Parts: sequence; structure tokens; C-alpha cells
Amino acid sequence: MPHDHSDHDHAHALLPPDPALRVRALETILTRKGLIAPNALDEIIDTYQNRIGPQNGATVVARAWSDPAFRAALLKDATSVVADLGYFGRQGEHMVVVENTPEQHNMVVCTLCSCYPWPLLGIPPGWYKSDAYRARAVREPRAVLADFGVGLPPDTAVRVWDSTAEIRYLVLPMRPEGTEGLDEEALAQLVTRDSMIGTGLAKVPS
Amino acid sequence: MTRVHDMGGRFGDGPVVPEPQGVVPFAAEWHENALALTVAAGALGKWNIDTSRHARETLSPKDYTRYSYYEKWIAALADLLVETGLVDAEELKAGKALVPVTSGDAVITAQRMATGLAKGSPASRDSDVAPCFDVGQAVRTLRPAANRLVNGGHTRLPSYAAGARGRILRCHGAHVLPDSNAHGLGEAPEPLYAVAFAAGELWAAPEHPDDEVILDLWQSYMEPA
Repeated sequence: MPHDHSDHDHAHALLPPDPALRVRALETILTRKGLIAPNALDEIIDTYQNRIGPQNGATVVARAWSDPAFRAALLKDATSVVADLGYFGRQGEHMVVVENTPEQHNMVVCTLCSCYPWPLLGIPPGWYKSDAYRARAVREPRAVLADFGVGLPPDTAVRVWDSTAEIRYLVLPMRPEGTEGLDEEALAQLVTRDSMIGTGLAKVPS
Repeated sequence: MTRVHDMGGRFGDGPVVPEPQGVVPFAAEWHENALALTVAAGALGKWNIDTSRHARETLSPKDYTRYSYYEKWIAALADLLVETGLVDAEELKAGKALVPVTSGDAVITAQRMATGLAKGSPASRDSDVAPCFDVGQAVRTLRPAANRLVNGGHTRLPSYAAGARGRILRCHGAHVLPDSNAHGLGEAPEPLYAVAFAAGELWAAPEHPDDEVILDLWQSYMEPA
């Protein structure tokens, strides 16, 4: 399909204007034609609402905080290390984990669309897909962090990873102080979704 | 030269509005159906991820801007279904199937979908194209940021990084080239690199002298600097 469209030949203009009705029309057509079974749609929704989410990424981070050998392997070859934990699949075929340190803070964006590590974080929050985040994260990451209530020390450099290919990035946040005695399960509770995108920090235990 | 989706660095979009942590709930029932339909229809194998990204990008700037996220997905899906002949334009107009599929076409079942989600679609490939950059090497991206195979076609070099000097940070191996794959011209795999750019190379007023932006860029997007 090398051709471009002009406005008048866009097929989607033939659908009803209301988005809910548009979706229903397409669903009716595709299921009636025998192309997609209705339970295939249920399978997808169930996967991303009930089985896959940021709890997966939090498990990986808590393990990395607790186990130096695991952490080293994760930073070297995240794809195979997280696959061994059962985290693999659509939008997570090529994983790279980048580590926050006092010297360097990492933050992930996709300026061209909304690429996001689904097997580890689920589907992205609305702000990640918003024009404001896509436009601003690369140019003024510190101002964006301020929108999240995060301030960095002046000697911390920021690296913004723009996900322009099929590599999916996960941030390994810094382990909070005062967590020395905690096991992996307790540590995972401190790992927020945003801390693994780089727009937040891990929680400090209360 | 560029399209409306290529918005990195743009001014004027206002604040980013954080949301509660945890699993992201769907804001409306049609959102979950829009996501599921798009993913399931992709599994029919009539197009690839680059084609579907391009379909969203070729929405008119007016539509792209006024549509919500999943409205873009649904509009692009409708366009792809008609372009590939899976659905007839008359069927879209009628809102129902007019030509039942008799045989041949795969039916996406729950089982097949579960397998597909778990397997994913890796983009790494063997390639005859030898890597010509090493880690640490200085490179410059092409300018303008544009598809060199199809005028106005899909590319993953954002315009904000066109003509910029950076350094190779990592080699990812060879990956499918979106500029080719989006347009039915073959996968044309070539080396892919993570490339670091100083914020001051990209922006008139960088926030901090040590900040960097990293992009994943294909070899043909760059030349030695």
C-alpha cells in the first residue's frame, strides 16, 4: 500500500460518527464474516485487564533490587531474563532495562505513537499517549517531571529514551532508603508504574 | 515531509496530567473493544505493525488531532480492512456483513489469539547488511527526516532529530526496516542502533547541559559524522 490517501477516499468516513457505534459496526462486520470469534476479543480484554499489568514489572524490579546477579543479567539481556520469569509477548519482544543512579535518571516516551512494554506494564496510561507527553518529554523532561511532582538533584543528568523501533524500555528505579530488611514481595509494593516509565520514583516505605 | 504524528519537541500542548498507579482501566467499554478488534484484526495477517502505524499517521491532520486515541485506531482499522479487501466499503456503510466469507480466511479464535499475544512478533532478523558503526562512533542523521523509498511514506526518524550529530550507544542487531515494510516493499532488515544526542544538539534552550535523548535508529538513517 504505497499510496497516500486524500481526505475524500478515507473509508472510515463511511462509518457512523459516534465512536461507540463505529466500533460496534466493525465488530458486527468482522464477527459475522467469520473473521474474528467474539471470544477472541474477550481473550484480549481479559489479558490486559486481569493478567498483565505493572505488577509484572514490579516483580522484576524487586528481584533486581534483591539479587545482584539477577540485576546484572537483567541489565545485560533483559529479554531473555524476563522471558524466564514468563514475561514475554506482544509489544515486549525486545526488552532493554535502563538503570537509574544518583548520576543519571532515565525516562521513556514514544513521540511518534505510543510504544510501551506491554508484557511488563500492561497497556499505557492516558497521559503516556497524550500529545502533551509525546511533544514535551524529549524537549523538557524536567518540566514534565515537575508535572508529576518529581524534582531531581541539579547534578543528575536525564536520559530520555524515545522508543522509535521495536525495542521496549523499562526503567529500573533506585531502591528507596530504609528498605534493607524488606523481602521481594514487600519491595514490589513500592514499585509504581510511573517509576518504571521514569516519570516517578519508587515509594518510600511508610 | 513530515506528518501530524511527528510531534516530539512541539510547543503548546499544556501540562501532562498524571493518573492513579496500577492497571490502567478502560475509560469506556468501546475503548476495550477498539483495542481488542485492532489487535485481533492484525492477527489476520493482512498487514504488519508498520502498515498499521502508517495507516494512523495518514489520517488527515484535522482528524488525527480531533480524534481521541482509540478513535484513531478504529479509523485506521476501517481504512486497512477496506484497502486489504477484508471488508467492502458498502459493508462499512451498511454497518453489517454483506458478503459472508465462505472458506479460506482464517478465523481468529480465543485460543489462536492467546497464542499470538504470548508469542508476539519479534522484529529481529538475519541480514546481509553489515554493521558500519561501532559503539562510541559519531554519526549524523539524514536531513530531512523522510522515507527515502516512498515519498510521504512511513519512517521512524522523528523530524526533531534530523541532521543531528549523535554517538552510537548500543547495537541492537538487524531489525525489519519500517520504511520498507510499511509499504509492502519487503522487510529489508538492517542494523539498528541506540543513538545518544546531547539535548543541546536538538533544542534551542536545553534544560541541562548533561541531558540526552536516545533514539533507536536504523543504519540507513545515518552517516558517519
